[in-house]
Amino acid sequence: MSKQQNTLMGWIDDRLPVTQTYEKHMSKYYAPRNFNFWYFFGVLSMLMLANQILTGIWLTMNYVPSTDAAFASVEYIMRDVEWGWLLRYMHSTGATFFFIAVYLHMMRAILYGSYQKPRELIWIFGMLIYLALMAEAFMGYVLPWGQMSYWGAQVIISLFGAIPVIGEGLVEWIRGDFLISGATLNRFFALHVIAVPLVLVMLVVLHLLALHEVGSNNPDGVDIKKLKDENGKPLDGIPFHPYYTVHDMVGIVVFLMVFCTVMFFFPEGNGFMLEYANFEPANGLKTPAHIAPVWYFGAFYAILRAVPDKLLGVIAMGAAIAILFVLPWLDRSPVRSWRYKGWFSKIFIVIFAIDFVLLTWLGTQPATTTLTMVAQVASVIYFAFFIFMPFYTRMEKTKPVPERVTGGH
Amino acid sequence: MKKIFALIAAFVPAVALAAGGNVHLDEHRTDLHDTASLQRGAQTFANYCMGCHSMEHARYNRVAKDLEIPENLMMENLVFADKKFGDLMTIAMRPEDSKKWFGATPPDLTLVARVRRPDWLYTYLRSFYEDPSRPWGVNNVVFKDVGMPNVLGHLQGVQKLGTAHVKVGYDTLTGQEITEEREQVLYLDEEGSLSAEEFDKLVYDLVNFMVYMAEPIALERQTIGWWVLLFLVIFFVPVYFLNKEYWKDVK
Repeated sequence: MSKQQNTLMGWIDDRLPVTQTYEKHMSKYYAPRNFNFWYFFGVLSMLMLANQILTGIWLTMNYVPSTDAAFASVEYIMRDVEWGWLLRYMHSTGATFFFIAVYLHMMRAILYGSYQKPRELIWIFGMLIYLALMAEAFMGYVLPWGQMSYWGAQVIISLFGAIPVIGEGLVEWIRGDFLISGATLNRFFALHVIAVPLVLVMLVVLHLLALHEVGSNNPDGVDIKKLKDENGKPLDGIPFHPYYTVHDMVGIVVFLMVFCTVMFFFPEGNGFMLEYANFEPANGLKTPAHIAPVWYFGAFYAILRAVPDKLLGVIAMGAAIAILFVLPWLDRSPVRSWRYKGWFSKIFIVIFAIDFVLLTWLGTQPATTTLTMVAQVASVIYFAFFIFMPFYTRMEKTKPVPERVTGGH
Repeated sequence: MKKIFALIAAFVPAVALAAGGNVHLDEHRTDLHDTASLQRGAQTFANYCMGCHSMEHARYNRVAKDLEIPENLMMENLVFADKKFGDLMTIAMRPEDSKKWFGATPPDLTLVARVRRPDWLYTYLRSFYEDPSRPWGVNNVVFKDVGMPNVLGHLQGVQKLGTAHVKVGYDTLTGQEITEEREQVLYLDEEGSLSAEEFDKLVYDLVNFMVYMAEPIALERQTIGWWVLLFLVIFFVPVYFLNKEYWKDVK
């Protein structure tokens, strides 16, 4: 420690553990040296969070949260505010890329068993982040007060009405009115710009603190703390800074290339990111022909619609999210990474990934008879992945896990 | 009769009225670089549309700047009444009145090209047909029972919906046109002041302008996008080698 140092840093360190914190989380945080492509999406999620918060602050300076002015104020930002269009597109495209990064980050955890003991809390915090992110995205989409903002909110909020006894009262309580109105818009604005972002940031801090307490997993699922050198440093670990900071920079630049290509050349995302109907102001008397959620809610919306009964549909949708929380206790495999799991796990993981993409697509499409049937099969597969996990992970034959990490650099 | 067939042949990428309202849409190849087209479209919009439709999110001076229209020309030809150069493009007609006259208030059209998409607009504006049962004597294949009169009617002529001969291709040996009798197609019954090609061009320009209006930054956005990507490609080089330099001692 720098107690003896008669410097400014020493003075601060005696009063606030800046150097100690920096070392714990950066320069002396030992991360496995075999991180691969999948390990970029944590830092990329944080990049998108920062992007959303920063652009959001500037958007707030010109956005007007009222039913009369919200829609026009967004167009004012798009036309009259200097660089306003860029802020708006960074924010709207950022939402999509935030979810892409988060979904791939979660997929990484599933592939390499990063949720397994002792990282259950990291996974739980991650799931809470995901939940908060969904609330954040949903309320944010209402703010431009377009047709899809209004009718999307109408559909989603009315889902709570399916709950017996308290349903109707709950819906009114959420809306703050008998229908979606200025009261709803204003409270969603408050929650979107203050409450949920605060929760998100705090959860991210907890997510990282829990991670740095037990250390990062890796593609082999090997515990790198078992084998240490004479100085007590993990043989397969390298300091996060500078190795992974410079490494992440490469991933960030490549990610930004993709992000900017979409943002500058396809900001509407072909109607999946900015839905065409949302360029029309909200009109409570005119229901759009096809109400579709933004793509990142597609999977859960597809599961909701796959069930013919409204209440059961809501329960199925809730269960689809809730079951993710208990994933650490469903996986009974003695190994973490799918590299050493048996064929059952490998096949199920691949099918699950394809299934999730399929459900996501189905959620954005009109519910025809054929597509509803496909969605029903896909929903069953979704749940089967989790429900059968305690059995196939325990029964299957696993491969021996090596002492040291493999591959990498 | 023969003349009518010829007209159909020239005009029709026949808009067939299919069941369920799924109408084939003609493609609009939007070209925002064609400033002359945008200027003509602006003129058409001011002359034919702005009586009833506002573009309330846009400003005259921005249009003038982007479309390279000098201020005096803009003020003379496109800005009506007591409007100022920097004003929003609102209209004087009150919504309550227009609702009474048309059954529905004519919508603001600033963003219509982003809502309906260019192909739809291009087809819609050319798909009015005579229908005495409607208040304005016209109906529309793309937008059934629309409240809007066919304001471009005297330019296009009178279109009817019914059975007519439609050009379907050319005989491979003789090179002669092959026509086929089809039901439920639009055909031109009476010529307007513009030829079919001229009318298509006019609507093309108008839609081009509406696409510009829906997102005036579109062209600049792409230009900036190329510079940003160029920067990222260049920036990638030092980032890549910095990473390589650090990692060469990781075994």
